[in-house]
Amino acid sequence: MANAVTSTAEPVAPAGTTNDAVIRVEEVHKYYELGTNRVHALRGATLEIFRGEFVAVMGASGSGKSTFMNILGCLDQPSSGRYLLEGIDVSTLNKKQLAAIRNQKIGFVFQGFNLLSRTTALENTELPAFYARVSQQERLRRAKAALEMVGLGDRMDHFPSQLSGGQQQRVAIARALVNQPAILLADEPTGNLDSRTSVEVMEIFQRLNNERGLTIVLVTHEPDIAGFAKRAIVFRDGKIKKDDRVLNRSIAENVLKTLPALED
Amino acid sequence: MEEIIATIRLALRALARNKMRATLTMLGIIIGVGAVIAMVALGQGAQEQVQQQIASMGSNMLFVGAGSMNRGGLRMGWGNTQTLTRDDVDAIMRECPAVALAAPGTGTGAQVVFGNDNWGTRVNGTEPQYFEIRDWPMAEGTPFTQEDVTLAANVAVIGETVRKNLFGAVAPVGQTIRISNLPFKVVGVLTAKGQSAAMGDDQDDTIIIPITTLQKKITGQNWLRYISVSAKSKAASYAAQQQIQALLRDRHKIRPGQDDDFGVRNLADLAGAADAAGAVLTLLLAIVASISLLVGGIGIMNIMLVSVTERTREIGIRMAIGATESDVHRQFLIEAVTLSFIGGAIGIMLGLVTTFLIPRVLGWAVSVSMIALVVAVVFSIMVGVFFGFYPARKAARLNPIEALRYE
Repeated sequence: MANAVTSTAEPVAPAGTTNDAVIRVEEVHKYYELGTNRVHALRGATLEIFRGEFVAVMGASGSGKSTFMNILGCLDQPSSGRYLLEGIDVSTLNKKQLAAIRNQKIGFVFQGFNLLSRTTALENTELPAFYARVSQQERLRRAKAALEMVGLGDRMDHFPSQLSGGQQQRVAIARALVNQPAILLADEPTGNLDSRTSVEVMEIFQRLNNERGLTIVLVTHEPDIAGFAKRAIVFRDGKIKKDDRVLNRSIAENVLKTLPALED
Repeated sequence: MEEIIATIRLALRALARNKMRATLTMLGIIIGVGAVIAMVALGQGAQEQVQQQIASMGSNMLFVGAGSMNRGGLRMGWGNTQTLTRDDVDAIMRECPAVALAAPGTGTGAQVVFGNDNWGTRVNGTEPQYFEIRDWPMAEGTPFTQEDVTLAANVAVIGETVRKNLFGAVAPVGQTIRISNLPFKVVGVLTAKGQSAAMGDDQDDTIIIPITTLQKKITGQNWLRYISVSAKSKAASYAAQQQIQALLRDRHKIRPGQDDDFGVRNLADLAGAADAAGAVLTLLLAIVASISLLVGGIGIMNIMLVSVTERTREIGIRMAIGATESDVHRQFLIEAVTLSFIGGAIGIMLGLVTTFLIPRVLGWAVSVSMIALVVAVVFSIMVGVFFGFYPARKAARLNPIEALRYE
């Protein structure tokens, strides 16, 4: 697949999105104190992501993209600058409030799936709803619906060790969606998957983005994968170096048809 | 509530994942709780036994013994003075309002013969009210009478141990035995009282005859070794002791500052002292057993710390998807408490089984108290909370980013 990322003008509320910023990052800096050294991981990142966007975040390791994602995911807080998630200034919240934000507004998908072992797909999917104090019945209903949506309605009682990598990642996606978050943060979700399974995961992402208008931020170092997004951001030296609309966007559904089917 | 149940289920599953480890960890609590229950039961059993034995010596009983003699600085042992007399008994009855009954007593060792059997025992001389004072009824026959005392009759009441050794299957009442070669007619057999708690000797190994008979026909002495006294009530026994002491000092012409030539022992005091000693024994046993519970708690803390380290990644995942610090804290605390509670429950069973076996195997008295069970359970839960707190806090304080990265 061709590199679909090309430079264009500043993107402002691209087509297919509404005009309210889900994520608004203003001049965010992040320092780490390592002994006597001070590592400046983010040097003033400013960004708006609108509802319904599908953004790929790229950059070499050490470019600050992981730090940026940790801040977006409310796992970390900026040293200076502001981060507004759905209008809430996250940089002022305490740990408990941050946990609630992670629980309610953010869905995480990780490279290593990060499912709880010896816990069924259904129980893994339920977990965010459990921490949201949702009743057991409602939890079960939501988790089942989420698993069906990612095509695992028939594997609910399987343990992660009984599932393929792609299936595990789909459980993780179901888990990320169970509390109906404002954004889905995916950190190299295809890093551990073969190319066909990667495209399958992208197909789910595109479907969620198109059909539900789910806002997705995807970290990847593969330009092919970034090509499935609508917008691509490149980090370098703790700053946003490029912020472009994706031209010639790959449509996963079509790509899948060109790939030979592999036995599961 | 649903949340707690779900967390307990989670804890059970986490423990089931490492059954061997969980079992070994619980073992400390099991042994600790079991030991506390068994030891407390043992201590209380001993205490109750002592109390029963003291009660068996006669309620409200006081004991006036002949004292030590001080002859020119040479102090003899108890029972060596010859100043205690029959008149003292009458004076006590007359002048001590707190006293209900008093009986003179003296005794000697003697060989007793019946048919081809003989038995060495202690022959005590007293008067009929002695049986009342000691609260000592007959198993067979009747006690001797005041008339027998007046006549210095050759009649005897025998203790259970003597009956067993001399008569075996023969009915003793009406038979004639020989004490120091004098014939005595057996009129009664005393009920068994068992071992004396105070003296440790066998109370049933005795023959009781009229004091006059003993003094005139066997020992040839006319002074008393002891006076048995019963107070009007348990509450009056201290007053009785004071009154007897004052009276006898006066009668024996003991000047202020001089030692008594007699001793008054109060069974209520003895019971109190034995009770206090028993309580100390129980406490000591419980403390020793609690130490193993403490060690069990340290085991829980150790395993929980290992578990937190092993499950760092799991904690990171939970935090990333919205678990708060208190959610994580609760999860690990409940896991520790579940461990200690299950251990405590099994420990109770172990303790009860041990308590059941002790009297059957070792023949020691036990007494299971409900309080000990409740305290053991509460204590085991507290051990879980106390020793689970630090590991749980450690888990809750993990940084989610680092925890997620942990391999």
